[in-house]
Amino acid sequence: MSDSPAIPSAVIHAAGLTKRFGSFTAVDAIDFDVAPGEAFGFLGPNGAGKTSTMRMIGAVSPISAGTLRVFGLDAARNGARIRARMGVVPQADTLDNELSVLENLVVYGRYFDLSWAESRRRAVELLEFVQLAERSDDTVEPLSGGMKRRLVIARALINEPSLLLLDEPTTGLDPQARHLVWDRLYRLKARGVTLVLTTHYMDEAEQLCDRLVVMDKARIVAEGSPRQLIEQYVSREVLELRFREIGPELDDGAHMDSRLDGLAERIEHLPDRFLVYTSDGEATAAAAYERGLRPSSVLVRRSSLEDVFLRLTGRSLVE
Amino acid sequence: MMAGLASRLARPSMPASRRAFRWLDHDLLLFRRNWHSYLLAGLSQPFLYLVSMGIGLGVYVNRNGGLPGGVSYLVYVAPALLVTQAMMAAAFESAWPIMGKILWDKTYLAALNTPIGALDLLLGDLMWIAFRATLLSVLFLAIIVLLGAAASPLVALAVPVAVLTALAFAAPIVAFTATQTGDGGFNALFRFGITPLFLFSGTFFPIEKLPLFLQPLAWVTPLYHGVSLARSFSLGQIEPVGVAVHIAALVAFVTVGLYAGRITFRRRLEV
Repeated sequence: MSDSPAIPSAVIHAAGLTKRFGSFTAVDAIDFDVAPGEAFGFLGPNGAGKTSTMRMIGAVSPISAGTLRVFGLDAARNGARIRARMGVVPQADTLDNELSVLENLVVYGRYFDLSWAESRRRAVELLEFVQLAERSDDTVEPLSGGMKRRLVIARALINEPSLLLLDEPTTGLDPQARHLVWDRLYRLKARGVTLVLTTHYMDEAEQLCDRLVVMDKARIVAEGSPRQLIEQYVSREVLELRFREIGPELDDGAHMDSRLDGLAERIEHLPDRFLVYTSDGEATAAAAYERGLRPSSVLVRRSSLEDVFLRLTGRSLVE
Repeated sequence: MMAGLASRLARPSMPASRRAFRWLDHDLLLFRRNWHSYLLAGLSQPFLYLVSMGIGLGVYVNRNGGLPGGVSYLVYVAPALLVTQAMMAAAFESAWPIMGKILWDKTYLAALNTPIGALDLLLGDLMWIAFRATLLSVLFLAIIVLLGAAASPLVALAVPVAVLTALAFAAPIVAFTATQTGDGGFNALFRFGITPLFLFSGTFFPIEKLPLFLQPLAWVTPLYHGVSLARSFSLGQIEPVGVAVHIAALVAFVTVGLYAGRITFRRRLEV
């Protein structure tokens, strides 16, 4: 823990950052820095402390302990100044259902003290950017989930922020809508906007994030680029073996464990299949055949951030 | 879209005094969309109340030569109804719509991601409630004048009195709303608080006619003070000490409500 950021020009510097609600610790002394122009992700299961962290960075939730600087300003004392320069896409849409699409943006610009004319000019431009121009005068209610999300992103950009916080930006969206959101976020990144996002979608983290931290039970358990994390925590490839004779209903795969033993450094036994972590999936599959194993299906795939995530945070369901 | 960092840093930060007004903009934008329904309610309500209570009921009250001093019941009840209506609207506006902004539509939460803070939301919405009370009271006053229901031109002062009374209710109720997790508490508030006040705060008959043990209760409610003030202006019977006491009582309610709201808004929204 230190008061000076590891990255000298850090947009966000957190050291020993802690959030407590009564006796419950939601965020437990985490350290991280975010560099300008970077896309930085918080990955973790529900309840890991991602949203609490985001709300502290957003200067809406007071920190319980530690240091938090955003744009070099102390978050505890400069909340309004910090918020004036960042955009926030919260998990809940929080749109005003009584106002039109355009009015939702224009009035939000007023909160940043923009003139009505300037706010309107930017709102029209942003609706173009998120492909909602033709819905300007509609009310918010009938918009699809993906459209609402894009509208919230447009709203977060009305003050031309240099830092954009996104809390689960694509949760609940269909694949087309997700790709459209990702595309807009790439463009913002290309313009130099710093992105900080939380997600529990591994493909989203791999697509968008230059660097990420994995959170579990209020702490950071790993940090690095998606590639680094995969190299560090899992093998290059994963061999997935299924056997017809074992399944959820007749869980007698125990003897199979011994037959697979030593095939690779790490083997995981799931209800319906075995995951064999290996540097060369094809070779390992061949070795399994040599041992006389006859799997009903064999799949070799590149390991993904999902494997890292499950390795670090476990497979038990967190609710 | 991206300006240089230097110019960004040089941009002056938004003065705190302006933020509450920026939130008021939100409420005014909604008003601009629905102004006709506010206008319709603002004109029809006073008309209904004044005709039914003042003129209809007044026929019986006036039968024995009217009230002391020869005042007709319509003149007696009109300024009190003006204040009461502003109070009712303010009480309503401080309950469900505020709850919606906190819990249902969460528009407060959206605004909190901007320079606007919890106290700006509190002050901005109280300004909106004062604006609405002003509008309703001016319309009510127009109907009073139209029906010839005022004894003195000072009846115009009933408007600021009504706005102050509205705030004396709104500030504590808004503070209460911020402590609620649903709208269940509002039913109790209106059933056991607002409705009895409406009936027993001297709007329709002097509180001196209440049983002795109930009279002190009227004294500690803001509506009694608002009604008494508005009536004394309307009848042109101004007693300086009484006026000062009534105003002080109303201001005290607003002040206590604001302090309570400051605490409950922060506790609710800055977590």
